[in-house]
Amino acid sequence: MRKIPIVTFLFAVFALGATSLPASAKVNVFACEPEWAALTTALGGEDVEVFTATTARQDPHQIQARPALISRLRGADLAVCTGAELEIGWMPVLLRQSSNAKVQPGAPGYFEATQQVKLLEVPTRLDRAEGDIHPQGNPHIQGDPRNMQIIAAALAKRLAAIDPAHAAGYTERGKAFDEKLAQAIQGWQKEATPLKGVNVVIYHKEWIYLTNWLGMHEVGTIEPKPGVPPGSAYLAQLLEEIPQKNVKMVIYSAYQDPRAPEFISAKAKIPAVMLPFTVGGTEASRDLFDLYEDTIKRLLAGVAAHG
Amino acid sequence: MDRCFFKMAALGLPVVIGAISAKPAAADDLADMRQEIQSLRQQYDSALQRLQKDYETKLQQMEKRVKAAEAKAQAAQDAAAAARTPPPALAQAEAPLPAGSAAPSPAPAAAPAPAPVPVASGGGTPASAGAFNPAIGAVLMGQTTAQTRNPNDFRIPGFALGDNAGQLPRGFAINESEVNLSANVDQALYGNLTLAFERNNTVGVEEGFIQTTSLPYGLTVKGGRFFSGIGYLNEQHAHTWDFADPALPYQAFLNTQYDDDGVQLRWLAPTDRFLEFGTEAFRGDFFPAGGTDNHNSGAGAWSAFVHTGDDIDESASYRVGLSHLWTTAKNRSTSGLAGTDVFSGTDHTYIADAVYKWAPNGNFVERYLKLQAEFFLRQEQGVFNASPHFANTQTGFYAQGVYQFMPQWRVGLRYDQVHANSLGRGFAGTTLDNLGATPRRYSSMIDYSTSEFGRFRLQYDLNQLRPQTDHEFIFQYIVSLGAHGAHQY
Repeated sequence: MRKIPIVTFLFAVFALGATSLPASAKVNVFACEPEWAALTTALGGEDVEVFTATTARQDPHQIQARPALISRLRGADLAVCTGAELEIGWMPVLLRQSSNAKVQPGAPGYFEATQQVKLLEVPTRLDRAEGDIHPQGNPHIQGDPRNMQIIAAALAKRLAAIDPAHAAGYTERGKAFDEKLAQAIQGWQKEATPLKGVNVVIYHKEWIYLTNWLGMHEVGTIEPKPGVPPGSAYLAQLLEEIPQKNVKMVIYSAYQDPRAPEFISAKAKIPAVMLPFTVGGTEASRDLFDLYEDTIKRLLAGVAAHG
Repeated sequence: MDRCFFKMAALGLPVVIGAISAKPAAADDLADMRQEIQSLRQQYDSALQRLQKDYETKLQQMEKRVKAAEAKAQAAQDAAAAARTPPPALAQAEAPLPAGSAAPSPAPAAAPAPAPVPVASGGGTPASAGAFNPAIGAVLMGQTTAQTRNPNDFRIPGFALGDNAGQLPRGFAINESEVNLSANVDQALYGNLTLAFERNNTVGVEEGFIQTTSLPYGLTVKGGRFFSGIGYLNEQHAHTWDFADPALPYQAFLNTQYDDDGVQLRWLAPTDRFLEFGTEAFRGDFFPAGGTDNHNSGAGAWSAFVHTGDDIDESASYRVGLSHLWTTAKNRSTSGLAGTDVFSGTDHTYIADAVYKWAPNGNFVERYLKLQAEFFLRQEQGVFNASPHFANTQTGFYAQGVYQFMPQWRVGLRYDQVHANSLGRGFAGTTLDNLGATPRRYSSMIDYSTSEFGRFRLQYDLNQLRPQTDHEFIFQYIVSLGAHGAHQY
């Protein structure tokens, strides 16, 4: 029983210490994935301090609820995540252990990008026998820059609401970002004309927003079911189907094992194209504009290589 | 048939009696009666026909109405489906998505409400009471085990053991298949209930707690029954363990896991490096606490712990911790080979734990390495059987490594040992008699995961606990159904 007052005293000291810490003037943002870190930086400029929880070389479905992520989320004023259960394997633990009321779902400090746009590939059959499917639809929305326009507008508003002192800045940067992106989209769409109607085989079902935007067609996947690694029998079957389907290339992302797509590429004599998937996935994709630029460049190179 | 006959007889009897008891039957009376019966029958027939007609028309009307309603429902469903289907290839349409959807309010108006499961069966019906159902998950575990020594004779010489410590039973057996319910209670609280179903058809409350979600200054309060936050493995459910059985020190010092009724206060420091302090008070009914009326003073066990951790680089991260569990026992009885031992006094258990995880680029899909070790020290003071000034020190540790060498496949090695001081001849034959040995165990395992929800594991243990060596083989399955909570670090 002697122990209790000592511990209580210690807690009181720490709690007091916590309250007296100087509040940072910048908005602390916890970005679940690099694309949201890039977007928040573009909109927040000097007014935000952004921490990125994951990198382009990590599968966002399978992230460890690391101690560093818990402590970073504890200090966040805003969490910007994809949502639609992409982070279901780690974010709930972080949210519960971070003891931060500001960023709990439902609070202004919790922003889910998938809540802002219409999701594609909403499964009609919810059964884990179908693999790692997302009930609300495909969460990999960053593939379409027009989604990014909508999300940017919503995120700029949210930043302004959280940090009213700098609201004018967020609005201004939001407008500038939107104009620049709208113009860039026009250019990319023109540039990507040769990609229209091109058939591709993809690794994981994470490209629907990109292929939908550019008018490409996904005719096969390396994973037999989402999240299920391919076996050799399945790959053999896929190889048989490729010639009949007029497939121009195999697409995979920076965090995926290149062995299966390269195997398909060598056997079917079609190029395997590694796409950045998110900011930082390739050397060239340093921000969102670079991301789309580099993605289209790589796809065009793939089509050209196939002849 | 018999029953029918009796019914008819019962109905007919009064009529017959009535007829008999009527005035003596005359011929004209008989004719009158016949006529009457005739007219009655006609009336009855016509009434029956009328009823039949009525019924038929009503039936037809109803059929019409049902058909109309069905058509309406179908139309509504079609409309809902149309609203859900993705727009035709946007590439052809130059215009981006409707500007109206740029509002920060959740999704465009046409999309269905953000219900977690937008399947057809739920379509159209208004939100029912079930909409607020908690997340429900079940974990099924079971194994088949072969041992060269009878697991019923399991002992760790030098240690008094709680009722949970022991080996898996021989042969086929389910093992702690559990059901979990969890949800936010309201804006301030989160609740979680885990029921464990054991092989002997008993159900236990493994965890049942409420926890705050919105306290300021990084504070969290938890109350109810829960796994103590001491050490590393103590807080983790059995289905997340990397081996089929708990490490020896957990068996010897904590009765496999310290799980009790109480309250917990945690404070997460406002630093970039993870730094967490916690303290707990428990009822103290379970080993190493326990005994009769142990909770007279309100609590029979207390704990304090600190954990810290960080990323080393993009690929590697770690967490280390120090914990102290302080328990009191009053006439706590434990059974050994030579009978029952009784202890009253206090236990101080200290744990140092460390975990290190590595994956290329921090991507845990292809390959990863997980190393962990925990060290235990216990000091016990009080009255043991008839020894009044009893003091004892025990130590133990385990170290293990698990490596995923390709997706779905992992291998692991573990070494455990515990050590109890020799207490002399006075304790010969009691559970505290260490038999002059240091109990140890070598384990190796390989497991295959069908997905993140299913796992099969083959494990081999070389047990050197007793004077004789024991070989143990375990083949285990662990699957999870429904909502599956995210795993802790």
